[in-house]
Amino acid sequence: MSDVTSAPGAASIPGDVSAAEPQARTRRRFRPNGSMIVMVLYLLFLMLPIYWLLNMSLKTNAEILSGFSLWPRNLTLANYEKILSDPSWYMGYVNSIIYVTMNTVLSIVVALPAAYAFSRYRFMGDKHLFFWLLTNRMAPPAVFALPFFQLYSSVGLFDTHIAVALAHTLFNVPLAVWILEGFMRGVPREIDETAYIDGYSFPKFFVKIFMPLIASGIGVAAFFCFMFSWVELLLSRTLTSVDAKPIAATMTRTVSASGLDWGVLAAAGVLTILPGALVIWFVRNYIAKGFALGRV
Amino acid sequence: MNKTVNQKAWFLVLPVLILVGFSAVIPLMTVVNYSVQDTFGNNVFFWAGLDWFRDMLESERMWNALGRQLVFSGIILAIEVPLGIFVALNMPKKGFWASFCLVLMSLPLLIPWNVVGTIWQIFGRVDIGLLGYVLAKLGVNYNYTQNVIDAWATVIVMDVWHWTSLVALLAYAGLQSIPDAYYQAAKIDQASRWKVFRFIELPKMAGVLMIAILLRFMDSFMIYTEPFVVTGGGPGNATTFLSIDLVKMALGQFDLGPAAAFSLMYFLVILLISWVFYTVMTNLDKRDGV
Amino acid sequence: MAKITLDNLAHSYLKHPQSDDDWALKELNHDWVDGEAYALLGSSGCGKSTLLNIISGLLRPSRGRILFDGRDVTDAPTAERNIAQVFQFPVVYDTMSVGENLAFPLKNRGADPKYIAERVNAIAAMIGMEEQLKRKARGLTADAKQKISLGRGMVREDVNALLFDEPLTVIDPHMKWELRTQLKQLHHDFGHTMIYVTHDQTEALTFADKVVVMYDGRVVQIGTPQELFERPAHTFVGFFIGSPGMNLFDAQVSGTTATVQGVSVPLGDSYAPVAGQVQIGVRPEFVRLHAGGEGLPARITRVEDVGRHKIVRLDVGGTAANAILDEGTPVPAGADRVSFDADAINVYADDWRVAPQNLQGRAA
Repeated sequence: MSDVTSAPGAASIPGDVSAAEPQARTRRRFRPNGSMIVMVLYLLFLMLPIYWLLNMSLKTNAEILSGFSLWPRNLTLANYEKILSDPSWYMGYVNSIIYVTMNTVLSIVVALPAAYAFSRYRFMGDKHLFFWLLTNRMAPPAVFALPFFQLYSSVGLFDTHIAVALAHTLFNVPLAVWILEGFMRGVPREIDETAYIDGYSFPKFFVKIFMPLIASGIGVAAFFCFMFSWVELLLSRTLTSVDAKPIAATMTRTVSASGLDWGVLAAAGVLTILPGALVIWFVRNYIAKGFALGRV
Repeated sequence: MNKTVNQKAWFLVLPVLILVGFSAVIPLMTVVNYSVQDTFGNNVFFWAGLDWFRDMLESERMWNALGRQLVFSGIILAIEVPLGIFVALNMPKKGFWASFCLVLMSLPLLIPWNVVGTIWQIFGRVDIGLLGYVLAKLGVNYNYTQNVIDAWATVIVMDVWHWTSLVALLAYAGLQSIPDAYYQAAKIDQASRWKVFRFIELPKMAGVLMIAILLRFMDSFMIYTEPFVVTGGGPGNATTFLSIDLVKMALGQFDLGPAAAFSLMYFLVILLISWVFYTVMTNLDKRDGV
Repeated sequence: MAKITLDNLAHSYLKHPQSDDDWALKELNHDWVDGEAYALLGSSGCGKSTLLNIISGLLRPSRGRILFDGRDVTDAPTAERNIAQVFQFPVVYDTMSVGENLAFPLKNRGADPKYIAERVNAIAAMIGMEEQLKRKARGLTADAKQKISLGRGMVREDVNALLFDEPLTVIDPHMKWELRTQLKQLHHDFGHTMIYVTHDQTEALTFADKVVVMYDGRVVQIGTPQELFERPAHTFVGFFIGSPGMNLFDAQVSGTTATVQGVSVPLGDSYAPVAGQVQIGVRPEFVRLHAGGEGLPARITRVEDVGRHKIVRLDVGGTAANAILDEGTPVPAGADRVSFDADAINVYADDWRVAPQNLQGRAA
């Protein structure tokens, strides 16, 4: 065992190995495997209907109805032009964006302190309160449609953006509280205590120190509020008629009224997908954790 | 984490309480109010007691809707949960392609629900839709507005298209939380792929899968817009699920009393499920020592 | 059981390593002798876990080969290498019982159920978990879980090597000692080749026949605990092993004399003229304190009594140094000089030990 007893000195260990390239494995050939095939098939399944919508939105009505084609023969943007030049169409987008934004801001602002309370303190009835909040996330909008209609009509909020924004807080606030609480639990208490010792007041601590720490959680919560408010139709349609009518509702009306203008309908559909796609792109790195509601 | 007792925390919760109270409690009171009264119009109401509840419990219409609802929720869970797990297992673990898949998969989740309905309404049409056209060319007699089986198939495929990604993303989040050492240990123990799934991945995904299953169960239980746009509840009443039936009753026929009683029972069923959900969730959290 | 040969092995986590610093593991040639117990010692980030993962096949080295009994296994998957590895943090299969966890590696290899039961019982006795065999692994404490991981690593008798990656980090001190003793016993009984990664010198020195000290991606010394103590090959070894570590003084060396701070210090051997930054190293155990007479002027800054012995903190002409005195020996009154045992002095040039010219004195 003489090989191990002699201690290798400086000379026996070559110092300079950096010049050499790592051998092998650097060449990688393209080789499809099972996982890739599964993902390609699944994404194809997801994208095909969307592609079809896009395809139709770029055709004229005549082309849609006259024959079947996998891509537009006479590419036209006329359908989009019609939407973007007609206030009764494009105001739908403006209305949707207004109430979705109002709802998101409102939900996050009230959910932040509540989530902090749930994540840090024990207080009388906290568990029941948390559970009760969650039950509202589970409430079927169909149950609330009529009472909401009557409630907001009686207080004069019918057909306003704020009415829809308030109605959507029913399921968004509980969700935001829940997500934020999950993220806040991951922040050690010591940070709070250190800040208080350093002389921060609660509001200053919360805004200056705590909120940056859970920025990703706020992003995820805002994303979900946006998402559920954006996709919801039943309540937003019930609570509006003209001034605050969302784009989704505008679409349903046009389908029956204008004798099925498929091209415009498809173009309107494509335009409703865009804001969502944009938002996803911004939160893509947090999305997986976000869907687990901060519980992973 | 050890929480300190602090009753002042109530002040932090107060804004939520007021807001949700306004949005939830007042309307709910209205529903309760309607459910025990009857009217002959002109806003004259009189006490009806529990008649509406008894009527609804004896109504074949509600039981049929409930039955359809349960079958629907059962089928979509049976498809979406295994499929979602399968997709999650095959997703790229990191890098550009992981983001790419995440973004594309999230896309259906952010499409307004009636647009989802519209997409499939078009997609399934024999004259102008890709799916319907191809099926017709293949000699399948497919028509979702006439044929009950076709209508169900369309509504189910649509829901799978719409929501499988949610299950997949949750499962993916669970998979991402497994430390590398587990996979390395499994290699050293010569565990087969199936055993890695059964003994490492599945147990680690259990928590998020519970969220996925219950979210999907409840959201499918409340489904309204998508099937309404595609089939309008038909043919006949074949795809009239609970929410569709309820809206028909309340806003269509303005049968406020029965609709309110229906609403309350509907809500109670969901409340019961969410209670089970909440209990299971908190127990999971406790067991993992979070 | 097998001899493991590392042939020109080097590894970088980067695709195109540029400088020396990009290599997590610098070029390395070594034979792990069949049946020996090795400890791989070094501070965190020195490349010891990288090396371990290369041996177990979880990582493929960027360069070089790895051979088991002369057979090239560089590209062989982990399963084919037939090794066992225990990780730093417990890896247990939560949904299985303790017994099923222990049986898992054997079951996967299709072992006979009777043999499995036998082995599981033997291992359970060894890790002291016979009572809990039927219990689910979920919810056990971290050290109970780690004991299961250890048990799973030891359950197979025919492994080529047993690798441990700081396995006792999460175990409480009392149990640590007991488990280490059992590992040693196991090595004694079955003669597996064992490689034990740790940053704890006590653990390394008590467990291993041979200690491999790593520093900054290199192996700086391989030797018995005694060799590491008496002849550290690198100033890092001198500093890292021993408590407190070796004293180092800048010096000029010529022949059998070193000159430190203008004072001559006699050496045990003769040295050829050495270039670079020259230092002499002497362990605190071989530092003598006395009042007046020969030696370097020194000032006592503090005396720490650690029970078995006393540590005297010194200021030797601006350089901090330590001396160790037996518990019974008092600190000499008015001590203002230190001298060293000539035979215990090692000479270093640019941190590496310089071999003396006269090799008759002792095998270096």
